[in-house]
Amino acid sequence: MNKVVANSEDAIRDVPDGSTIMIGGFGLCGIPENLIRALARKGTKNLTTISNNVGVDGYGMGLLLAAGQIHRHIGSYVGENKLLEQMVLEKKIDLELAPQGTFSERIRAGGAGIPAFFTPTGFGTIVADNKETRDFDGRMYVMEHALKADFAFVKAWKGDKWGNLVYRKTARNFNPMMATAAKITIAEVEYLVEVGEIDPDLVHTPGIYVKRIFQGEQYERRIERKTVRPVVGC
Amino acid sequence: MSKPAKDLDKRERIVKRIARELRDGFYVNLGIGMPTLVANHVPSGIQVVLQSENGMLGIGPYPIEGQEDPDLINAGKETVSEMPGTSYFSSTDSFAMIRGGHIDLSVLGAMEVDEEGSIANWTIPGKMIKGMGGAMDLVASARRVIVAMEHTTREGQPKILKKCTLPLTGSKVVDTIVTEMAYIRVTPTGLVLEEIAVALTFDDVQRATEARLIPSPTLRTMEA
Repeated sequence: MNKVVANSEDAIRDVPDGSTIMIGGFGLCGIPENLIRALARKGTKNLTTISNNVGVDGYGMGLLLAAGQIHRHIGSYVGENKLLEQMVLEKKIDLELAPQGTFSERIRAGGAGIPAFFTPTGFGTIVADNKETRDFDGRMYVMEHALKADFAFVKAWKGDKWGNLVYRKTARNFNPMMATAAKITIAEVEYLVEVGEIDPDLVHTPGIYVKRIFQGEQYERRIERKTVRPVVGC
Repeated sequence: MSKPAKDLDKRERIVKRIARELRDGFYVNLGIGMPTLVANHVPSGIQVVLQSENGMLGIGPYPIEGQEDPDLINAGKETVSEMPGTSYFSSTDSFAMIRGGHIDLSVLGAMEVDEEGSIANWTIPGKMIKGMGGAMDLVASARRVIVAMEHTTREGQPKILKKCTLPLTGSKVVDTIVTEMAYIRVTPTGLVLEEIAVALTFDDVQRATEARLIPSPTLRTMEA
């Protein structure tokens, strides 16, 4: 078994135009920044991206957006992204917005062999338009379909050569579900370690889901909104 | 962009009033912007745990300069800190606890609320595309939903309407509306005005509200 690839370029060598790709992260936190940069360099076009947000100008998925590589995007929040807003209003990109919990559960379902599920979220709103609704015990629910992808790009803090992954703090977010819901999951990690070095009780994503793994070349780990408190003097 | 002093004062009044609704042991989700400020006014002697839908329970204060961590943010993408008792989990676990009815209180802002308790806060068709983020899940399934907002728009137009005009975030989901003018309870028979800000009358509040208000039999002055 050899899942280790040399670098981000090697990891995405066979991603064709028109692929559907899940990309982990919440805002800029926990995004697979090396894989995104490699995809921007490769210039792969006509992509459908599935990611909670779409990065910022010049960083993260903002690179793919600005280069016109994304044809369709599914996510839950695109505020603070003027370029995307403009592209949607000018119909240059097809955007599907889903409630964040529904979005996340659709991905989980995709990886867990569940084709659809019912959720109370969005009942009575445009999110439920043209969807089946049903009464369970006096409450109304909306049927939502699973999401799957050709590739998932995930970022973990540490991973071993079998693809067992450990995430750090709130950088976990959508990465674990996305790792389960694609034909080919590629993990980039800050620390690539030998098999056996991770405590089995602490593995967040078992290696079965991961097809390729590498240590990211460069971690900028940009902060979107730095907020600090004053140090109280004594 | 800094807000004018008058607005800061309004916001302070709103979040202080909402903080008085907190109870010991509550697990609470505070929305982005003004609702986040409720955390600054937790009454002494009680413990509440703040949930952040990006995967954290037990949000601590903003970090000290130099200690900010790119892997540690709240749902508003601001750097925060952890505290004893903090836990981290995936987005799916986070929304399982929200959808599953485990969050005691959700406080969030709104562009419009109506007399049936429907709320709109995620898009203005043709003008603004922001996305609903986690708001639709929160309003659908938190045990109690409080809207924190200024009573009218910048132009003085009512935001509490007979019927929302914008695409809804949730239909018939709001329990309480707190503004700088009033504390309003959403009931099956309409909006009941429970508290009025100091120096205002029922008519003052009604004039700034499109929906009809029902004076509570125990109508009182809002505590500062």
